[in-house]
Amino acid sequence: MTRADQERIFNEKIAKEIKIEPNDWMPEEYRQTLIRQISQHAHSEVVGMLPEGNWITRAPNLRRKAVLLAKVQDEAGHGLYLYSATETLGADREKTIDDLHSGKAKYSSIFNYPALTWADIGAIGWLVDGAAIMNQVALCRTSYGPYARAMVKICKEESFHQRQGYESLMKLCKGTPQQKAMAQDALNRFWWPALMMFGPNDAESTHSDQSIAWKIKRFTNDELRQSFVDATVPQAEILGLVIPDENLKWNEERGHYDFSEINWDEFWQVVKGNGPCNKERLAARVKAKEDGLWVREAANAFAKKRSMKKSA
Amino acid sequence: MSNSQWPLWEVFIRSKQGLNHKHVGSLRAPDATLALENARDVYTRRSEGISIWVVESVQIHATDFDQSGSFFEPSDTKIYRHPTFYEVPDGVKHM
Ligand SMILES: [Fe+2]
Ligand SMILES: [Fe+2]
Repeated sequence: MTRADQERIFNEKIAKEIKIEPNDWMPEEYRQTLIRQISQHAHSEVVGMLPEGNWITRAPNLRRKAVLLAKVQDEAGHGLYLYSATETLGADREKTIDDLHSGKAKYSSIFNYPALTWADIGAIGWLVDGAAIMNQVALCRTSYGPYARAMVKICKEESFHQRQGYESLMKLCKGTPQQKAMAQDALNRFWWPALMMFGPNDAESTHSDQSIAWKIKRFTNDELRQSFVDATVPQAEILGLVIPDENLKWNEERGHYDFSEINWDEFWQVVKGNGPCNKERLAARVKAKEDGLWVREAANAFAKKRSMKKSA
Repeated sequence: MSNSQWPLWEVFIRSKQGLNHKHVGSLRAPDATLALENARDVYTRRSEGISIWVVESVQIHATDFDQSGSFFEPSDTKIYRHPTFYEVPDGVKHM
């Protein structure tokens, strides 16, 4: 088969909504785009455990503690499904992790903001997982089979993440004035970073057009961000919280909420490594890998011993 | 020694009695025992399974997609293997 034939078959599959599978021919740029996007997504799941993991021992009661622990455990699983998906594309998993640790690979900028109070944990579940779900539901229909399947599984697990966060904030909002103020403060700090999670405006987004053409992405950054705002504003009203944006208002003509321009300087600063927690997050990941070395070595030694016993 | 030296395992799960094991994904582990434990922790956190198989990925042999047209051709051309190929008068019941 000639290269032109292979390319034609690939394009036909994309046009007919037939998933691309690991052994199928694919353009090198499609493969590289996927490796970059999926590993970045995997890193976000793993780094995303840090702000929440920090609160497990300080959860206000046993129920909240068990829930938070289960959620953080899910995020570890999500990281694994996604690293596995990058491996089906021929990526070396350890190398993708090394790229994270060296700062070459990115992860979602939201995790470079600190979780300062218990209310932040509620806000993270509601807004950060909420924004992630908006993005991930769309990715369930992505053109690469293993990525789409990982997304389906992840979305099933994510739905409790958002609900537990919302429930926890609801509790604070119905509590003392101080508790409600804590919830409002968390919303004030997480609202804009949550909107930044969808990435740059469509006009600025470098990879967007080709990714849409290849059906890796099914919606643009701005479309997803708008859906998130439209879904979240009524949820804030039910909590009795105020979204920190003076220009937020329903636009009858568009059938959507209008909102202010994002502070893109802040976004790019955080992406470039100058957010409040970038250094701390990477240091924690590097330390986890180094400190875990003896565990991996022990597992190897144990596996070796067991196989020797078996063959003896 | 890093994880990359751990072999890759494919994970198959039987979700309930009476159903086949179904491929759910993969993971890395130093041996089968740990692969099964990891598979339990990663793929059955919500009672998704009652039985797990793990198979080292290198042990799986697959058809070549580029050749799949000719490989599966013998079955594509035998439409008389399907019940709808046969004409039966309207009055005939239980068939
Ligand atoms: Fe997740
Ligand atoms: Fe989540």
